[in-house]
Amino acid sequence: MSKLIAFAAIQGGYKVVAQVEGELERALQTYDASTKVGFPNTAYYLPVIYSLTGLKCETLEDLKKPMAFARGLLPPHIRLKNWLPYLGPLLDAGMAGIISYEVKEALRYLNDPDFYIAQEDPDVENGKLWVGAADDTILRKRGVEFVDGSAPGFAAMVGAAPNKEIAKMIVEDYQKRSLYIFCAANHNGKTLIQQCLDAGMQIGWNTRIVPFGPDISSAVFALGFANRAAMAFGGVKPGDYKTILKYNKDRVFAFVNALGDVGTEWGVAAAGCVNWGFPTIADTPIPEILPTGICTYEHVVAPVAHADMVQKSVEVRGLKVQVANIEIPCAFGPAYEGERVRGADLYAQCGGGKTQCTELVKMADMNAIEDGKVTIVGPDLAGIKEGGTFNLGIFVQVAGREFQEDFEPIMERQIHHLINYIQGIMHIGQRDISWIRISKAAIEKGFTLKDIGVVLHAKFHQDFTKIIDKVQVTLYTNKEDVDKMTATARANYQTRDARVDKMTDEDVETYYSCTLCQSFAPSHVCTVSPERTGLCGAYNWMDCKASYEINPTGPNQPIQKGECIDPKLGQWKGVNDFIYKASRGAVTHYNFYSMVHDPMTTCGCCECIAAMLPACNGVMTVGRDYSGDTPCGMKFTTLAGVMGGGASSPGFVGHSKYNITQGKFLVGDGGLLRMVWMPKQLKEELKDRIVARGKAMGIPDLFDKIADETVGITEEEILPFLQEKGHPALSMEPLVG
Amino acid sequence: MVEKVDKEAKEAKLADPIEASVDKATQQMIIRSHKLGIETVFDRAVAMKPCNIGLQGTCCKNCAMGPCRLPLPKGGIEGEDTRKGLCGATANTIAARNFARMIAGGAAAHSDHGRSVAEVFYAAANKLTNDYKIKDPIKLLSIAPHYGVETKVEVDGEMVDRDIDEIAVELADIALAEWGKTGSTTLVPKRFPQVRYDLWKKLGVLPRNIDREIVDIMHRTHIGVDQDYKNLMKQGARCALADLSGSWLATELQDVLFGTPSPLISEANLGVMKKDHVNIIVHGHEPILSEMIVAASQSAEMVELAHKVGAKGIQLSGICCTANEVLQRHGVPNAGNFLQQELAIITGACDAMVVDVQCVFQNLANVAKCFHTKLITTHPMAKMEQSNVLHIEFDEHHAMEDALRIVTMAVENFKNRDAEVQIPAEKQTQVAGFSVESVKYHLGGTFRGTYYTLNDNIINGRIRGVAAVVGCNNARQQHNNAHLTVIKELIKNDVIVLTTGCGGITAAMAGLLQPDSAAAYCGPGLAEICEVVGIPPVLHMGSCVDNSRILHAAIEVVNAGGMGKDLCDWPVAGSAPEWMSEKAISIGQYVVCSGIYTVFGGHLPIEGAPVFKEYLNSGMEALYGGMWAIEADPIKHAHLMIAHIDKKRKELGIDKARERVLMDMADRQALEG
Repeated sequence: MSKLIAFAAIQGGYKVVAQVEGELERALQTYDASTKVGFPNTAYYLPVIYSLTGLKCETLEDLKKPMAFARGLLPPHIRLKNWLPYLGPLLDAGMAGIISYEVKEALRYLNDPDFYIAQEDPDVENGKLWVGAADDTILRKRGVEFVDGSAPGFAAMVGAAPNKEIAKMIVEDYQKRSLYIFCAANHNGKTLIQQCLDAGMQIGWNTRIVPFGPDISSAVFALGFANRAAMAFGGVKPGDYKTILKYNKDRVFAFVNALGDVGTEWGVAAAGCVNWGFPTIADTPIPEILPTGICTYEHVVAPVAHADMVQKSVEVRGLKVQVANIEIPCAFGPAYEGERVRGADLYAQCGGGKTQCTELVKMADMNAIEDGKVTIVGPDLAGIKEGGTFNLGIFVQVAGREFQEDFEPIMERQIHHLINYIQGIMHIGQRDISWIRISKAAIEKGFTLKDIGVVLHAKFHQDFTKIIDKVQVTLYTNKEDVDKMTATARANYQTRDARVDKMTDEDVETYYSCTLCQSFAPSHVCTVSPERTGLCGAYNWMDCKASYEINPTGPNQPIQKGECIDPKLGQWKGVNDFIYKASRGAVTHYNFYSMVHDPMTTCGCCECIAAMLPACNGVMTVGRDYSGDTPCGMKFTTLAGVMGGGASSPGFVGHSKYNITQGKFLVGDGGLLRMVWMPKQLKEELKDRIVARGKAMGIPDLFDKIADETVGITEEEILPFLQEKGHPALSMEPLVG
Repeated sequence: MVEKVDKEAKEAKLADPIEASVDKATQQMIIRSHKLGIETVFDRAVAMKPCNIGLQGTCCKNCAMGPCRLPLPKGGIEGEDTRKGLCGATANTIAARNFARMIAGGAAAHSDHGRSVAEVFYAAANKLTNDYKIKDPIKLLSIAPHYGVETKVEVDGEMVDRDIDEIAVELADIALAEWGKTGSTTLVPKRFPQVRYDLWKKLGVLPRNIDREIVDIMHRTHIGVDQDYKNLMKQGARCALADLSGSWLATELQDVLFGTPSPLISEANLGVMKKDHVNIIVHGHEPILSEMIVAASQSAEMVELAHKVGAKGIQLSGICCTANEVLQRHGVPNAGNFLQQELAIITGACDAMVVDVQCVFQNLANVAKCFHTKLITTHPMAKMEQSNVLHIEFDEHHAMEDALRIVTMAVENFKNRDAEVQIPAEKQTQVAGFSVESVKYHLGGTFRGTYYTLNDNIINGRIRGVAAVVGCNNARQQHNNAHLTVIKELIKNDVIVLTTGCGGITAAMAGLLQPDSAAAYCGPGLAEICEVVGIPPVLHMGSCVDNSRILHAAIEVVNAGGMGKDLCDWPVAGSAPEWMSEKAISIGQYVVCSGIYTVFGGHLPIEGAPVFKEYLNSGMEALYGGMWAIEADPIKHAHLMIAHIDKKRKELGIDKARERVLMDMADRQALEG
């Protein structure tokens, strides 16, 4: 009976709004009304309130408005006989509850600033289990996974399972399906997070089990995450609540699992989530709401047996997820990519400076290899004692009618995440500086090195079915074999690097489009050329080429660049025609090599954003890992908010880290010699390449002339430094004509 | 001997209460009327047979050479139809002219109602009256752009909100001009889907202004003008769209002045009258006066006066569409529908019946004469010849003053009750007050409210389709039976019903406007939807000018997506099972011209002209995608509508169970921006 749900949720709405009004009143009596409030490191204020109403809550005083709004949303109570319609009122009460919960969490940040630990993974040893609101850095980093599909959605789980075994079963099942699990609330004091810990699972953003908080109010962080995705990636304007919520319904595949008795306070939250199109699947016999409309399919489904919970949930949300079925003793999937193998859990390791660990993928003659053959040359793990080390050479040979030598590095780069996908195995680095750590848990389950071969064979076939017909893996563990393989590998790396680094935009007639993120940023179209890698850093020209070969109708399409309209700024007729069509008429043209004149559009996924610094006659760039202020007056997250969503914004452009030292980087505006400021960490990361590029451009000490935050974070602060160092930008022609 | 015959003749004239109505309260009051020797419409319907030739639509009295009567022979006509009037007018011409004149009559009634509202709105906007104010500025702002009135204004290079009074003044001028402007067409058709508007434009049926299209019909149906039934019906279309233009304005401006309805709880049937209260009944069609009567009857001053005369309070109730207007906005209960107007007086408890325009029986005066009831006419165009009728002419500039005078008169009349009071116990609770806006809200709340929620459930098959069951009662049919049978058959087959007018009151009296009636009467799909949204299966959308709301809702459905591009594309049908007034014909015509399949109950005055009859059916469908159909049997009537709904479901490809589409990343990338 929907009426009973409405009855309970509306009661819950009144209860929650009144409670939070009281908390706000107390806070106003305790602190000055101008006291700052908010969630850490975000440009989106209290994101649910900001996204839906446009209200920017920055002080305690500001919180009065959303609370008055929530109060106004509360509908009359439902009569049990001759009732008035209640669906709209139910959803409004839900929204009043959600808004109140967000205010409640803002007050918690104020009253108890150390309650949440502001990092990706909790500090379990010290009892800091709850991570609270995701900041914008996490949003961008994790958001990209939602955008490219490596995370198909999220399960917002409230309460606790009957025991830790059931908790583990459900959560692991979601992990295997690559979903994020956003956890909040408790059931009679028990939390799903504690159950996961008791079951020996790792929690945190890195394993996709996110411990938002122990109360139902913490569930609002999941909605704040979803709404920021709509603004950051979808370019939806704050206050446009209809579009924000429709975006969530159509594009964010999330749902609620209620584990435990659904009281009025959970009820109002669940009703609130329906506004987003997020249905609730419960394990207790609450009334169901099966007709469709606000959600794509059912709204409330209950009671669902724990064994069916995961399957039922994705079905109700209309989500198709692939489960990698790999014949190894450990669980496997993207959710384990970020899992760590810490000292205490470590059984054995290779590489990482202690021993050698090398990876190489080579194209082979079709008849020379046997598909599925995994050979271990030397001893497997059996002979290695706990805490031991070993050498490892991973040599993968692939063959396929459509395979090209150029695809070798692309395949090789997969090894890192594919090994990481194995539960209990950690992989760091690549090529000849790889490092693999194997946990005791994995050994207990029966993991052997052969399983690495099994994974690579299966996943190469699965993900690259168009270009790969055969995969053979050889694993060397004797030191002399590994050293020999490493020498061969290094020679290969060198040849490849030389080929890719020398490749210029002039060398090719075909560029590639990338609309991978159009599921989130509908009007954005990247064009990737050899000297302008994708702004997300994930796709270079070669990747796009391979991706096109693998999936000819996929998001990477060849573009004949055609007649060159402007060689200096980098504009081609063929590209313009393509983007006009692919952006559905939203973008008519853009330049590859300029940020001043009609720069390329930017989605919310960019690694870095370059901005003009007129007083310095130069440009700065900032990466998404840097959360501080910058000389352009905006933090990364603010810049991304201004730029994202597929807009071309003269004076700003999104780009990848790698692109900074590519030959065509902003060459229409003067190139890398314009670069006057970068965050220190980014600068250090690219040091060798910046030095090399500076040398090539005739300024060998360019690296030392670029300011960073230790010099200053305003144009006034860095200008004297630039003058003192004689930065080339100061003597270049004016940036803006 | 002579005496005996007289007695038999007299007995034969009385109606059988059970055959006359399915409503218990009505039956009781008919019995009482017989006991008291008071004649009602039910008795007259038994005593007087309708004219057979008029019934066929083939009696022409448009000139003094006639009346020319062209009945269709019992066996029909084989070969050439040689029937002609003195001037040579064929049966088709005569029936079409009569039909067109009915449209003109209906359009005149609706649109003149609209004009009165526009005049009051003008007075309110220009602050020429203290009694009327703009009660719903949000609605004003939402409709203004549709009349070309800007709601934002540039000040120092910035767009700011325009002064609300300024908007109202400009809108009032534009609204009033709709009745007589030159050089363009009325604005309401622009609210329809573009394809429909373009079709009307192509067919040449966009109204030039409201009054002109009515005059045009009166002209072309004069002897010796338009003698082509197709051309007559083309003007019939244009005039009906003029009716719609006026009705739509009436609805919207009434909402601005008196508030946009939202769901509320009230009651219906004669049982709402209270023995120990002063009973005032408002009857007719316009809310302008009744709004004031509501306020006056609730004033402390009047309530105190009521106490002084020994009453416990003032019970206001209504009949016909005045009742629906004050029901939708204030929850004032319906005392009854069209055929119950005399019966309300026969209770002996009606202290005053205040009438304005349309559907008011002249016989009320004769009935009132038998009781203490004061019958008060208020409109300058609607007086009665009987001497016991009071005329208090209502004037919007002295509105409250007039209303207080009327209520005072009613209260003071309480002590004059003479006959025994007998109020039937029958009444039912109803949830009414649905408007386009409130339905939208209830389909998803403040944040997600959209008609797409409805569409989604039509697509998934829980709701088979939508039906509008509207219109009058007709004493030639058993009171309320056809309405209720059609509605119950539709909801049993998962068709959700929208209603207005006396149809709405009928549904209320039978308890069909109670939300728990869904579980009792509906098919499983519709029952489930009613349960989720918390609505009854029949939604009361207001008075007969508020049929504009139903069309507006139908437009919202098309605009929300998934239901084709035009009103003729999706599973919707119209019905007037017990129609009787010219207004019903005009409404039927504009609904058909909007592309909607429409079934009338009883009969239509076209049977004497088979070619014209066929034209209203297949001819209209070829032009407009909608058609007229006639079916007296209410079950068959409902199934004609259901068959049409199924046909449209098939055309839309939603006649099969919808698949659950599980989206992977590629599907999501393919989503439209």
